[in-house]
Amino acid sequence: MSFPWAEHYTPKHPLMQWVDEKLPLPRLVYNAIGAGYPVPRNLNYFWNFGVLAGVALVIQIVTGVIMAMHYGANDLVAFSTVEQTMRDVNAGWLMRYAHANGASFFFIVVYLHIFRGLYFGSYKAPREMVWLLGLVIFLLMMATAFMGYVLPWGQMSYWGAKVITGLFGAIPVVGEPIQTWLLGGFAPGNASLNRFFSLHFLLPFVIAGVIILHIWALHIPGSSNPTGVEVQGPQDTVPFHPYYTAKDGFGVGVFLILFTAVLFFAPNYLGHPDNYIEANPLSTPAHIVPEWYFWPFYAILRAFTVDFFFVPAKLLGVLAMFASILLLFFLPWLDTSPVRSGHYRPMFRKFFWILIIDVLVLGYCGGAPAEEPYVMISQLFAGYYFAHFLIILPLIARFEKPLPLPGSITESVLAKYAKADGETAAVPAE
Amino acid sequence: MASVEHSDGQSLSGGEGVRRRDFINIAAVSFAGVGAVVVALPLIDQMNPSADVLALASTEVDLSAIQPGQAIKTTFRSQPLFVRQLTPAEIAEADKVDPSTLRDPQTLEERTVDGKKQWLITMGVCTHLGCVPLGAGEGENRGEFGGYFCPCHGSSYDTAARIRKGPAPKNLEVPKFSFTSDTAILVG
Ligand code: HEM
Ligand code: FES
Repeated sequence: MSFPWAEHYTPKHPLMQWVDEKLPLPRLVYNAIGAGYPVPRNLNYFWNFGVLAGVALVIQIVTGVIMAMHYGANDLVAFSTVEQTMRDVNAGWLMRYAHANGASFFFIVVYLHIFRGLYFGSYKAPREMVWLLGLVIFLLMMATAFMGYVLPWGQMSYWGAKVITGLFGAIPVVGEPIQTWLLGGFAPGNASLNRFFSLHFLLPFVIAGVIILHIWALHIPGSSNPTGVEVQGPQDTVPFHPYYTAKDGFGVGVFLILFTAVLFFAPNYLGHPDNYIEANPLSTPAHIVPEWYFWPFYAILRAFTVDFFFVPAKLLGVLAMFASILLLFFLPWLDTSPVRSGHYRPMFRKFFWILIIDVLVLGYCGGAPAEEPYVMISQLFAGYYFAHFLIILPLIARFEKPLPLPGSITESVLAKYAKADGETAAVPAE
Repeated sequence: MASVEHSDGQSLSGGEGVRRRDFINIAAVSFAGVGAVVVALPLIDQMNPSADVLALASTEVDLSAIQPGQAIKTTFRSQPLFVRQLTPAEIAEADKVDPSTLRDPQTLEERTVDGKKQWLITMGVCTHLGCVPLGAGEGENRGEFGGYFCPCHGSSYDTAARIRKGPAPKNLEVPKFSFTSDTAILVG
């Protein structure tokens, strides 16, 4: 599972030797995130976001389990128990704000993690399974966050639930029975709220399980790195501990500073004021928007306004929205270029940044009202999103002339320092 | 499935092509499979609407206070219901449209009760993704076609609550209802 030169776990204390014989858990940890796991020596800060996502999950689980102690999953009291948590429960406001903003930071971190993978080609062989499991985690996160947002039973909770479950109603024939089955009624109600609470409690632990698989799959080939050149020998790696525990620790510090800055100084900035109005099935808020992390997908959903052949616009929007994510499952086979890192792919790099701008514009449109010019912009940019993956990427892979790759990770590191110091490269460590 | 070879396999299979062990294996797994499906059914079905949700009675609506041009919002099966009395101008406007040009072709006649064409009773549930369209309340935006306007993704309905523009695929649903007197209806 690891490189042959990985350090071996040799417990010195008799107690640890005794534990190691009965249950080699410390050994597992040592080999996974300790000195026994050799990691490329040249990882940059983009490689921090996996650990940060793990930290965000822990924050969600701790604050969530605590809030569940004060929450009443019943449509008559849900809204007021959340308000009580905010006003009456000791430090309840802190738990709730940490949980609500924690969800946003979780998505920020995960989006950066995904973009890292896209830019550095981490999805390519031999790490396809790592990428696929990551997408499964992403889907589970979206389901979890969606159901969590319903729990406070405010106006956006209610109407968000109605619109999102309405997506299933677009499926021909079986759609409406599925929608009713999901909700346990003809509209969101007590039954829906209860099941969402149950699943919202469960899914984070399922996510934790899939994360274990994700890391297991990662540790078979080991981490990729900014050059995309595979590890060739011991000189290319350093042990995870203390090198990357230290680097990740620094990243966690920066993350917590930013997180707490929002948490304490702008806790409602990322939320929507309408969710402080209790759910009212008879009045739709003037402008229903999901949480910001769903905006790009929401824009794709709304981009379809006319029927195409015999497929109704509503179904097209739903299909396109799901397709925009499912498409990513095929990415390892759509991008056939053997070069991983965007550093050495001049054409790919340009289109990568265009894609990022495309997604940001879609995000902006998804948060804007369903009016012109936003609808038209969404249509164009949604079209480009699909074109990027289905047409542009395969074509680039065929026509691009990649830059010369460094001979090894070590060579690239030493070349960089030689340039920085203005002196000739030191003799490569051998 | 592990299959065990026996030197006297002939006697186990009783001389036929299928060995007894294979048969037992398939039979046992099939039996367990059927059992799993039978157990899964109640596990899935429990999520369907419960009896108390389904038992919601029909709704009676008093029409006497609704003036031409006005509408009220009430509920039917815990979803909004729009009850509107159309003005002659609104009726004329709805009749002017050639139904074959519509996305969901229907005439105002087909959407109302004979002889009571002015009473337009529809669900207040946008057929796109289920928002409550605006237009039943006083002073709300009634959209380009003067009926209802859904703010969620911009579907516009005309004076007969037929879809005219935007992503919604169908006209606002007309529930089953009947007049119990000249000024009252029973929905459901
Ligand atoms: C994957 C991790 C998680 C994510 C992304 C997530 C996301 C969310 C979101 C977006 C909300 C709505 C916040 C608001 O508007 O105030 C929420 C609420 C809630 N979550 Fe989570 N959550 C996660 C884990 C958990 C866990 C492990 C629990 C504990 C069982 C939990 C319990 C709750 C409760 C009780 C609420 C309702 C209170 C409230 O709305 O503030 N969550 N969650
Ligand atoms: S729900 Fe009415 S337009 Fe989408």
